Amino acid sequence: MLLRNKEFVLAACLACLTHLGMAQVPPNARTVRLEALLGLIDKPGSIRVINFWATWCAPCIKELPLFEQLNNESDDVEVYLVSMDLDLDPDPLKVYRFMERRKILSTVLLLDEKDPNSWIDQIDSSWSGALPATLVVNPTTGRRIFVEKQLHNGDIQEIIAELK
Amino acid sequence: MKKTLKILLIVCFAVLTAGKSPLPEGYQVGDPVQNFKLRNVDDKMVSLSDYSDQMGVILIFDCNTCPYSQAYNQRIIDLHEKYSAKGFPVITINANDPDLSPGDSFGEMVKRAEKKAYKFPYLIDESQEVARAFGATNTPHVFLLNRTGSDFVVAYIGAIDNNSRDASSASKRYVEAAIGAILEGKKVPTQKTKAVGCGIKYRNT
Repeated sequence: MLLRNKEFVLAACLACLTHLGMAQVPPNARTVRLEALLGLIDKPGSIRVINFWATWCAPCIKELPLFEQLNNESDDVEVYLVSMDLDLDPDPLKVYRFMERRKILSTVLLLDEKDPNSWIDQIDSSWSGALPATLVVNPTTGRRIFVEKQLHNGDIQEIIAELK
Repeated sequence: MKKTLKILLIVCFAVLTAGKSPLPEGYQVGDPVQNFKLRNVDDKMVSLSDYSDQMGVILIFDCNTCPYSQAYNQRIIDLHEKYSAKGFPVITINANDPDLSPGDSFGEMVKRAEKKAYKFPYLIDESQEVARAFGATNTPHVFLLNRTGSDFVVAYIGAIDNNSRDASSASKRYVEAAIGAILEGKKVPTQKTKAVGCGIKYRNT
Protein backbone atom coordinates (compact mmCIF):
# COMPACT_ATOMS: atom_id res chain seq x y z
CA MET A 1 0.00 0.00 0.00
CA LEU A 2 2.92 2.29 0.77
CA LEU A 3 4.16 1.73 -2.78
CA ARG A 4 1.05 3.49 -4.09
CA ASN A 5 2.08 6.64 -2.28
CA LYS A 6 4.02 8.58 -4.91
CA GLU A 7 5.86 10.62 -2.32
CA PHE A 8 7.03 7.51 -0.50
CA VAL A 9 8.33 5.98 -3.70
CA LEU A 10 10.12 9.18 -4.68
CA ALA A 11 11.61 9.56 -1.21
CA ALA A 12 12.73 5.93 -1.23
CA CYS A 13 14.34 6.32 -4.65
CA LEU A 14 16.09 9.49 -3.59
CA ALA A 15 17.28 7.83 -0.41
CA CYS A 16 18.73 4.93 -2.43
CA LEU A 17 20.31 7.18 -5.03
CA THR A 18 21.72 9.47 -2.38
CA HIS A 19 23.19 6.47 -0.63
CA LEU A 20 24.74 5.43 -3.91
CA GLY A 21 26.04 8.96 -4.33
CA MET A 22 24.19 9.39 -7.63
CA ALA A 23 21.81 12.20 -6.70
CA GLN A 24 22.40 14.60 -3.90
CA VAL A 25 19.84 16.86 -2.38
CA PRO A 26 21.79 20.08 -1.84
CA PRO A 27 21.75 21.10 1.83
CA ASN A 28 20.42 24.53 0.86
CA ALA A 29 17.41 23.17 -1.04
CA ARG A 30 14.01 22.15 0.29
CA THR A 31 10.49 21.69 -0.99
CA VAL A 32 7.78 23.91 0.48
CA ARG A 33 4.00 24.13 0.26
CA LEU A 34 2.32 27.48 -0.22
CA GLU A 35 1.41 27.91 3.44
CA ALA A 36 5.03 27.59 4.53
CA LEU A 37 6.13 30.05 1.85
CA LEU A 38 3.53 32.64 2.86
CA GLY A 39 4.55 32.22 6.50
CA LEU A 40 8.18 32.72 5.58
CA ILE A 41 7.46 35.88 3.60
CA ASP A 42 5.85 37.61 6.54
CA LYS A 43 7.72 36.28 9.56
CA PRO A 44 9.59 38.85 11.67
CA GLY A 45 13.23 39.42 10.90
CA SER A 46 15.46 41.28 8.52
CA ILE A 47 14.67 42.50 5.03
CA ARG A 48 13.78 39.53 2.87
CA VAL A 49 14.37 39.16 -0.88
CA ILE A 50 12.29 36.41 -2.51
CA ASN A 51 13.06 35.71 -6.15
CA PHE A 52 10.73 33.58 -8.25
CA TRP A 53 12.61 31.67 -10.94
CA ALA A 54 12.88 28.37 -12.80
CA THR A 55 15.63 26.40 -14.53
CA TRP A 56 13.83 26.81 -17.86
CA CYS A 57 13.62 30.61 -17.56
CA ALA A 58 16.53 32.30 -19.38
CA PRO A 59 16.12 35.81 -17.92
CA CYS A 60 15.81 34.23 -14.45
CA ILE A 61 19.16 32.50 -14.88
CA LYS A 62 20.76 35.74 -16.12
CA GLU A 63 19.76 37.59 -12.95
CA LEU A 64 20.59 34.81 -10.46
CA PRO A 65 24.18 36.04 -9.89
CA LEU A 66 22.74 39.29 -8.49
CA PHE A 67 20.90 37.35 -5.77
CA GLU A 68 23.87 35.09 -5.11
CA GLN A 69 26.04 38.16 -4.66
CA LEU A 70 23.48 39.74 -2.34
CA ASN A 71 23.29 36.54 -0.31
CA ASN A 72 27.05 36.38 -0.10
CA GLU A 73 27.65 40.01 0.81
CA SER A 74 24.74 41.02 3.05
CA ASP A 75 24.44 40.03 6.68
CA ASP A 76 21.22 42.00 7.14
CA VAL A 77 19.25 40.69 4.14
CA GLU A 78 17.71 37.22 3.77
CA VAL A 79 17.68 35.80 0.24
CA TYR A 80 15.38 33.03 -0.97
CA LEU A 81 15.27 31.64 -4.49
CA VAL A 82 11.83 30.11 -5.02
CA SER A 83 11.90 27.64 -7.88
CA MET A 84 8.66 27.20 -9.79
CA ASP A 85 10.06 24.16 -11.62
CA LEU A 86 7.71 21.66 -9.98
CA ASP A 87 4.75 23.34 -11.68
CA LEU A 88 5.90 21.83 -14.97
CA ASP A 89 8.02 18.86 -13.87
CA PRO A 90 7.42 16.94 -10.65
CA ASP A 91 11.05 15.73 -10.56
CA PRO A 92 13.20 18.03 -8.38
CA LEU A 93 16.47 16.46 -9.60
CA LYS A 94 16.68 18.95 -12.46
CA VAL A 95 16.78 21.78 -9.93
CA TYR A 96 19.34 20.02 -7.72
CA ARG A 97 21.63 19.38 -10.70
CA PHE A 98 21.31 23.00 -11.78
CA MET A 99 22.25 24.12 -8.27
CA GLU A 100 25.28 21.85 -8.27
CA ARG A 101 26.46 22.92 -11.72
CA ARG A 102 26.10 26.60 -10.92
CA LYS A 103 27.26 26.25 -7.32
CA ILE A 104 24.18 28.03 -5.99
CA LEU A 105 24.68 28.91 -2.34
CA SER A 106 21.47 30.83 -1.54
CA THR A 107 18.55 28.97 0.02
CA VAL A 108 16.44 27.43 -2.73
CA LEU A 109 12.79 26.64 -2.00
CA LEU A 110 11.00 24.42 -4.52
CA LEU A 111 7.34 25.43 -4.42
CA ASP A 112 5.11 22.37 -4.53
CA GLU A 113 1.56 23.61 -4.92
CA LYS A 114 -1.04 22.85 -7.58
CA ASP A 115 -3.60 25.18 -9.16
CA PRO A 116 -1.53 28.37 -9.45
CA ASN A 117 -4.57 30.51 -10.10
CA SER A 118 -5.63 29.87 -6.51
CA TRP A 119 -2.43 31.31 -5.03
CA ILE A 120 -0.61 33.65 -7.43
CA ASP A 121 -2.57 36.59 -5.99
CA GLN A 122 -1.56 35.59 -2.47
CA ILE A 123 2.08 36.19 -3.34
CA ASP A 124 1.16 39.54 -4.89
CA SER A 125 -2.10 40.69 -6.46
CA SER A 126 -0.21 42.51 -9.20
CA TRP A 127 1.67 39.36 -10.27
CA SER A 128 0.57 37.92 -13.62
CA GLY A 129 2.39 34.65 -12.82
CA ALA A 130 5.15 35.32 -15.33
CA LEU A 131 8.80 34.76 -14.42
CA PRO A 132 11.09 36.28 -13.33
CA ALA A 133 9.55 38.16 -10.44
CA THR A 134 11.01 39.41 -7.16
CA LEU A 135 9.33 40.29 -3.89
CA VAL A 136 11.20 42.32 -1.28
CA VAL A 137 9.70 42.60 2.20
CA ASN A 138 10.56 44.67 5.25
CA PRO A 139 8.88 42.59 8.00
CA THR A 140 9.33 45.39 10.53
CA THR A 141 7.37 48.01 8.60
CA GLY A 142 5.26 45.51 6.68
CA ARG A 143 6.06 47.28 3.44
CA ARG A 144 6.65 45.25 0.31
CA ILE A 145 7.81 45.90 -3.21
CA PHE A 146 7.05 43.46 -6.00
CA VAL A 147 8.65 43.68 -9.44
CA GLU A 148 7.79 41.47 -12.39
CA LYS A 149 10.84 41.79 -14.59
CA GLN A 150 14.47 40.76 -14.97
CA LEU A 151 16.67 42.77 -12.61
CA HIS A 152 20.07 44.24 -13.44
CA ASN A 153 23.14 45.41 -11.53
CA GLY A 154 22.17 47.77 -8.69
CA ASP A 155 18.40 47.23 -8.97
CA ILE A 156 18.01 45.14 -5.82
CA GLN A 157 20.06 47.58 -3.78
CA GLU A 158 17.75 50.41 -4.88
CA ILE A 159 14.67 48.45 -3.86
CA ILE A 160 16.17 47.56 -0.47
CA ALA A 161 17.17 51.19 0.12
CA GLU A 162 13.59 52.25 -0.61
CA LEU A 163 12.27 49.81 2.00
CA LYS A 164 14.73 50.61 4.77
CA MET B 1 24.23 65.04 1.35
CA LYS B 2 22.44 62.05 2.85
CA LYS B 3 19.02 63.55 2.04
CA THR B 4 20.05 64.26 -1.56
CA LEU B 5 21.26 60.71 -1.90
CA LYS B 6 17.98 59.35 -0.54
CA ILE B 7 15.96 61.50 -2.96
CA LEU B 8 18.17 60.35 -5.80
CA LEU B 9 17.65 56.73 -4.82
CA ILE B 10 13.87 57.22 -4.66
CA VAL B 11 13.87 58.82 -8.10
CA CYS B 12 15.99 55.99 -9.48
CA PHE B 13 13.67 53.51 -7.87
CA ALA B 14 10.60 55.20 -9.35
CA VAL B 15 12.18 54.97 -12.77
CA LEU B 16 13.11 51.36 -12.14
CA THR B 17 9.66 50.21 -11.14
CA ALA B 18 7.99 52.26 -13.85
CA GLY B 19 9.99 50.15 -16.25
CA LYS B 20 11.63 51.25 -19.43
CA SER B 21 8.48 50.55 -21.41
CA PRO B 22 5.55 50.21 -19.00
CA LEU B 23 2.88 47.72 -20.00
CA PRO B 24 -0.60 49.28 -20.32
CA GLU B 25 -3.32 47.45 -18.45
CA GLY B 26 -4.90 46.10 -21.62
CA TYR B 27 -8.42 44.91 -22.31
CA GLN B 28 -10.61 43.78 -19.43
CA VAL B 29 -13.49 41.33 -19.56
CA GLY B 30 -16.41 43.12 -21.17
CA ASP B 31 -14.26 45.38 -23.37
CA PRO B 32 -14.81 45.42 -27.15
CA VAL B 33 -11.50 44.94 -28.94
CA GLN B 34 -10.09 46.92 -31.82
CA ASN B 35 -9.52 45.19 -35.13
CA PHE B 36 -5.99 44.05 -35.83
CA LYS B 37 -4.20 42.85 -38.96
CA LEU B 38 -1.09 40.69 -38.67
CA ARG B 39 1.03 38.46 -40.89
CA ASN B 40 0.39 34.73 -40.83
CA VAL B 41 3.01 31.97 -41.32
CA ASP B 42 1.74 31.50 -44.90
CA ASP B 43 2.75 35.14 -45.50
CA LYS B 44 -0.87 36.29 -45.88
CA MET B 45 -2.39 39.00 -43.67
CA VAL B 46 -5.12 37.97 -41.23
CA SER B 47 -7.55 40.43 -39.60
CA LEU B 48 -9.86 39.87 -36.66
CA SER B 49 -12.58 41.31 -38.90
CA ASP B 50 -12.10 38.29 -41.21
CA TYR B 51 -13.93 36.36 -38.48
CA SER B 52 -17.08 38.49 -38.41
CA ASP B 53 -19.14 35.48 -39.49
CA GLN B 54 -17.99 33.42 -36.48
CA MET B 55 -19.56 33.32 -33.01
CA GLY B 56 -16.26 34.28 -31.52
CA VAL B 57 -12.54 33.63 -31.47
CA ILE B 58 -10.20 31.84 -29.06
CA LEU B 59 -7.30 34.28 -29.26
CA ILE B 60 -4.09 32.91 -27.74
CA PHE B 61 -0.79 34.73 -27.29
CA ASP B 62 1.67 31.91 -27.74
CA CYS B 63 5.26 31.25 -28.79
CA ASN B 64 7.70 28.55 -29.89
CA THR B 65 10.15 28.60 -27.04
CA CYS B 66 8.30 28.67 -23.72
CA PRO B 67 8.00 25.24 -22.05
CA TYR B 68 4.47 26.20 -20.96
CA SER B 69 3.55 26.78 -24.60
CA GLN B 70 5.03 23.40 -25.40
CA ALA B 71 3.09 21.77 -22.57
CA TYR B 72 -0.15 23.32 -23.85
CA ASN B 73 0.51 22.90 -27.58
CA GLN B 74 -1.66 19.82 -28.06
CA ARG B 75 -4.44 21.38 -25.96
CA ILE B 76 -4.40 24.45 -28.21
CA ILE B 77 -4.66 22.22 -31.29
CA ASP B 78 -7.47 20.29 -29.58
CA LEU B 79 -9.39 23.48 -28.74
CA HIS B 80 -9.44 24.42 -32.42
CA GLU B 81 -10.45 20.89 -33.36
CA LYS B 82 -13.35 20.93 -30.92
CA TYR B 83 -14.62 24.48 -31.12
CA SER B 84 -14.04 25.80 -34.64
CA ALA B 85 -17.02 23.72 -35.77
CA LYS B 86 -19.04 25.37 -33.00
CA GLY B 87 -18.14 28.86 -34.17
CA PHE B 88 -15.07 29.47 -31.98
CA PRO B 89 -11.89 28.97 -34.01
CA VAL B 90 -8.40 29.52 -32.55
CA ILE B 91 -6.06 32.33 -33.59
CA THR B 92 -2.52 32.30 -32.14
CA ILE B 93 -0.23 35.31 -32.00
CA ASN B 94 3.51 35.33 -31.26
CA ALA B 95 4.61 38.70 -29.90
CA ASN B 96 8.07 37.71 -28.62
CA ASP B 97 10.89 39.95 -29.81
CA PRO B 98 13.07 37.64 -31.96
CA ASP B 99 16.20 39.57 -30.88
CA LEU B 100 15.49 38.61 -27.27
CA SER B 101 14.23 35.17 -28.28
CA PRO B 102 15.75 33.91 -31.55
CA GLY B 103 13.71 30.72 -31.43
CA ASP B 104 10.63 32.89 -32.02
CA SER B 105 11.68 34.36 -35.36
CA PHE B 106 9.19 34.29 -38.23
CA GLY B 107 11.18 31.52 -39.90
CA GLU B 108 10.98 29.40 -36.77
CA MET B 109 7.25 30.09 -36.47
CA VAL B 110 6.75 28.84 -40.04
CA LYS B 111 8.63 25.63 -39.18
CA ARG B 112 6.58 25.07 -36.01
CA ALA B 113 3.25 25.58 -37.81
CA GLU B 114 4.31 23.14 -40.52
CA LYS B 115 5.63 20.54 -38.11
CA LYS B 116 2.44 20.59 -36.06
CA ALA B 117 0.16 21.00 -39.08
CA TYR B 118 -1.62 23.99 -37.59
CA LYS B 119 -5.13 24.40 -38.94
CA PHE B 120 -5.35 27.89 -37.44
CA PRO B 121 -3.38 31.09 -38.00
CA TYR B 122 -0.06 31.64 -36.20
CA LEU B 123 0.43 35.37 -36.55
CA ILE B 124 3.52 37.45 -35.85
CA ASP B 125 3.04 40.67 -33.85
CA GLU B 126 6.22 42.39 -34.97
CA SER B 127 5.57 45.76 -33.38
CA GLN B 128 4.12 44.07 -30.26
CA GLU B 129 1.29 46.63 -30.45
CA VAL B 130 -1.49 44.04 -30.42
CA ALA B 131 0.01 42.24 -27.42
CA ARG B 132 0.28 45.59 -25.59
CA ALA B 133 -3.29 46.55 -26.52
CA PHE B 134 -4.51 43.29 -25.00
CA GLY B 135 -2.18 43.53 -22.02
CA ALA B 136 -0.87 40.04 -22.71
CA THR B 137 1.72 39.02 -20.15
CA ASN B 138 2.54 35.27 -20.40
CA THR B 139 2.56 32.55 -22.95
CA PRO B 140 0.15 30.97 -23.45
CA HIS B 141 -2.38 33.71 -22.61
CA VAL B 142 -5.98 33.27 -23.76
CA PHE B 143 -8.42 36.07 -24.60
CA LEU B 144 -11.75 34.45 -25.44
CA LEU B 145 -13.65 36.83 -27.70
CA ASN B 146 -17.42 36.68 -28.04
CA ARG B 147 -18.90 38.41 -31.09
CA THR B 148 -21.74 40.77 -30.15
CA GLY B 149 -23.08 42.43 -33.29
CA SER B 150 -20.07 43.83 -35.08
CA ASP B 151 -17.92 43.87 -31.92
CA PHE B 152 -15.64 41.20 -30.53
CA VAL B 153 -16.01 41.47 -26.75
CA VAL B 154 -13.61 39.92 -24.24
CA ALA B 155 -15.42 37.14 -22.37
CA TYR B 156 -12.53 35.41 -20.58
CA ILE B 157 -8.86 36.14 -19.94
CA GLY B 158 -6.19 33.76 -18.68
CA ALA B 159 -5.08 30.16 -18.60
CA ILE B 160 -6.46 27.24 -20.61
CA ASP B 161 -6.90 25.08 -17.50
CA ASN B 162 -5.50 24.69 -13.99
CA ASN B 163 -2.87 22.03 -14.61
CA SER B 164 0.01 22.97 -16.90
CA ARG B 165 1.91 19.70 -16.70
CA ASP B 166 -0.91 17.18 -17.03
CA ALA B 167 -3.96 17.84 -19.18
CA SER B 168 -5.82 14.81 -17.87
CA SER B 169 -5.42 15.99 -14.28
CA ALA B 170 -6.83 19.45 -14.91
CA SER B 171 -9.90 19.83 -12.71
CA LYS B 172 -10.88 23.21 -14.16
CA ARG B 173 -10.95 23.74 -17.90
CA TYR B 174 -11.52 27.47 -17.98
CA VAL B 175 -11.76 28.12 -21.72
CA GLU B 176 -14.09 25.18 -22.33
CA ALA B 177 -16.31 26.22 -19.42
CA ALA B 178 -16.46 29.78 -20.77
CA ILE B 179 -17.39 28.68 -24.29
CA GLY B 180 -19.94 26.23 -22.91
CA ALA B 181 -21.58 29.02 -20.93
CA ILE B 182 -21.68 31.35 -23.95
CA LEU B 183 -23.21 28.64 -26.13
CA GLU B 184 -25.92 28.09 -23.50
CA GLY B 185 -26.57 31.81 -23.11
CA LYS B 186 -25.30 31.71 -19.53
CA LYS B 187 -22.82 33.86 -17.64
CA VAL B 188 -19.17 32.81 -17.93
CA PRO B 189 -18.44 31.25 -14.49
CA THR B 190 -14.75 32.15 -14.19
CA GLN B 191 -13.87 35.26 -16.18
CA LYS B 192 -10.23 35.74 -15.34
CA THR B 193 -7.41 33.47 -14.19
CA LYS B 194 -3.66 33.55 -13.80
CA ALA B 195 -0.94 30.96 -14.46
CA VAL B 196 2.80 30.61 -13.97
CA GLY B 197 4.60 31.00 -17.27
CA CYS B 198 7.16 32.73 -19.43
CA GLY B 199 6.76 36.46 -19.71
CA ILE B 200 6.23 37.73 -23.24
CA LYS B 201 9.58 39.09 -24.44
CA TYR B 202 8.69 42.74 -24.83
CA ARG B 203 11.22 45.08 -26.38
CA ASN B 204 12.37 48.00 -24.24
CA THR B 205 11.34 51.01 -26.34
